[in-house]
Amino acid sequence: MKYLLMIYSDEKAYAARSPEDQKRGYEAYMAYTEALKKAGAFLGSDRLRPTDSATTVRVVNGKSQVLNGPYTETKEQLGGYYMIEASDLDAALAWAARCPGAHHGIMEVRPVWVM
Amino acid sequence: MNNIARATADAVARRSYGKLIALLGTRTRDVAGAEDALSDAFATALAEWPLSGCPANPEAWLLTVARRKLIDRARKRKHGESVAEQLLVLTDELVDHAAEAAAIPDQRLALMFACAHPAIDAGIRAPLILQVVLGLDAATIASAFLMAPAAMGQRLVRAKAKIRQAAIPFRIPESEELGERLAAVLEAIYAVFAEGWADAAGTDVARRDLAEEAIYLGRLITTLLPEEPEALGLLALMLYTEARRRARRDAAGEYVPLASQDTSLWDAPMIEEAEALLRQASRQAVFGRYQLEAALQSAHVHRRLTGIANWPHVVQLYDALLQSCGSPVVAINRALALAELQNPAAALSALDAVATDPRLLEYQPYWAARAALLAKTGAGTEARHAYDVAIGLERDPAVRRFLQQRRAEVRE
Repeated sequence: MKYLLMIYSDEKAYAARSPEDQKRGYEAYMAYTEALKKAGAFLGSDRLRPTDSATTVRVVNGKSQVLNGPYTETKEQLGGYYMIEASDLDAALAWAARCPGAHHGIMEVRPVWVM
Repeated sequence: MNNIARATADAVARRSYGKLIALLGTRTRDVAGAEDALSDAFATALAEWPLSGCPANPEAWLLTVARRKLIDRARKRKHGESVAEQLLVLTDELVDHAAEAAAIPDQRLALMFACAHPAIDAGIRAPLILQVVLGLDAATIASAFLMAPAAMGQRLVRAKAKIRQAAIPFRIPESEELGERLAAVLEAIYAVFAEGWADAAGTDVARRDLAEEAIYLGRLITTLLPEEPEALGLLALMLYTEARRRARRDAAGEYVPLASQDTSLWDAPMIEEAEALLRQASRQAVFGRYQLEAALQSAHVHRRLTGIANWPHVVQLYDALLQSCGSPVVAINRALALAELQNPAAALSALDAVATDPRLLEYQPYWAARAALLAKTGAGTEARHAYDVAIGLERDPAVRRFLQQRRAEVRE
C-alpha cells in the first residue's frame, strides 16, 4: 500500500525558529528520510515553499481565474509530504508518528487510490 | 430436512459468523465484500442442504463456497492488475483452507481490533462490532442505539470503506500497544452491554439480546486473552449486573432499587462466576476501571446477601475509580457511599464539589442523589425541588413513578 504523509504546521512559527533550532529541524528530517530509505519504505518527498508563494487557479465559464495565496487560510499549512510504502495503516501511522512533522505540526495520512 | 438445514445454518451463524468474516476479509480487508459472499453462501446452503444433506463440517463448507463467490466477484470487476493479484491471493487461500478446513483459525479478536481501531470513529465501533462479528443487521443495531436505520447503515458502510481503503489490519496489536487498543475494544463491548441494559422492563427483545451478545463477546475475549485483567474485569462487571436483571422490576413492573431487591431473584451461579473472574483478574495486580467497577458490584452484592456493609472499602474503591476515570457519575456514587460512611451533610458537600460540571444539570441520578441526601438532612423544600428536576429528566416511566413516590415521602 502507498500512503501520502502530509505535514501540516504553522509555517510562520516554524520560520521564526532560532538558527540552531532550524539546523536541528533540518537534521531531524534528513535522519527521518534516511531511516525511511533504509527500511525500503521511501517513495518520494518534498518540502514546499510557504503559502505566501502560493497561487490558485480555476476555470469558470471557460475563463481562468488566478488568485494570489493558498486555497484556504488555515492555522496550519501544508509544508511538505512523504510518499511511502507500508503494509497497512498501522505501519503507515507508525512512520507518520516518527516524522519530525508530528512534533511541530500534524501529520495527515492518506492511502493512495491505486488506479 | 428443510428445518434441519435451517437450524444448522442458524447454529453456524450464531457460533461462527464473525470467525468466517474474519477469515474471508483478512487479506483484502474488504469486510463488506466478505459479508456479501458469506450471505450468498448461506443462501446457497439453504437451497442445497435440504437436498444433499447437511455437510459434516458446515463452517468449512460455507467458507469454501464464500471464497468461490469472492473469486467470481473479483473476476467480474475490471480493475486491472490489482484484480489479478487479488485472485492469486484468494485462490491460494482456497487451496490452503481446503486442507485445514477442519480447524478454522479464530481471528475474531483480530477483526474486533480492526473495528475498534483509533482510525475508526469511536461512536461507530460498538455498532460495527455487532454487525461484523455477530452478524446483526443495521436496522436492529440502529433501534438498539436509538438511531435512524438509514443513518446507521450509512455510518457502517463508511466505517467498512475506511477499513478497506486505508488498509486497517486485522491484527492483535503488539504488547506495547495492546493496553490502549484493548481498552477501545472493551469500551465498545461495554457500550453494547449498556444499550442492552437500558431496556429495564425487558420488553424489547433486540435490546435484551444486546446484553447477552456483549457477555458473549466478553467471554470470547477472555478465552482468547485469558491473561488480560481488564477483560476479565469487564466480563465480571457485566455478569454481576446481568445477574440482577430479574430483580430490578417487581411483578407490577415497578422499579426496585438495589437496596430493596429480592435477592432470591438474583442469578447465583452468574454471581459466583463473576466472583471467580474478579479473583482471577486480581492475581495480575494490574487494576483498572472495569475491575474496580466489578469490585464495587461485588461489595454491593455482599452487603445485600450478608447484611454486613463495608462502607470504608466501598468509598476507597470509588476513590480509586475516580482517580482512574474522573467521571462525575462516579463522584455521585461516591457521595452516596460517603453518606453511609459519615453523614448526609458530608455527602452533600462532596456532591457540591462536583456540581460545577454542567453535564450534571441534565443528569437524573445527580438530582435524585441530591434529593435523597437533602431529605435526610431535613431540607424538605430543597429535597422536593431536586426530586422535581430528577423526575423531569427521567424517560423511564417506572423510574419516574419510583421518584414520585420518594418525593411524596419527604417530610417537612
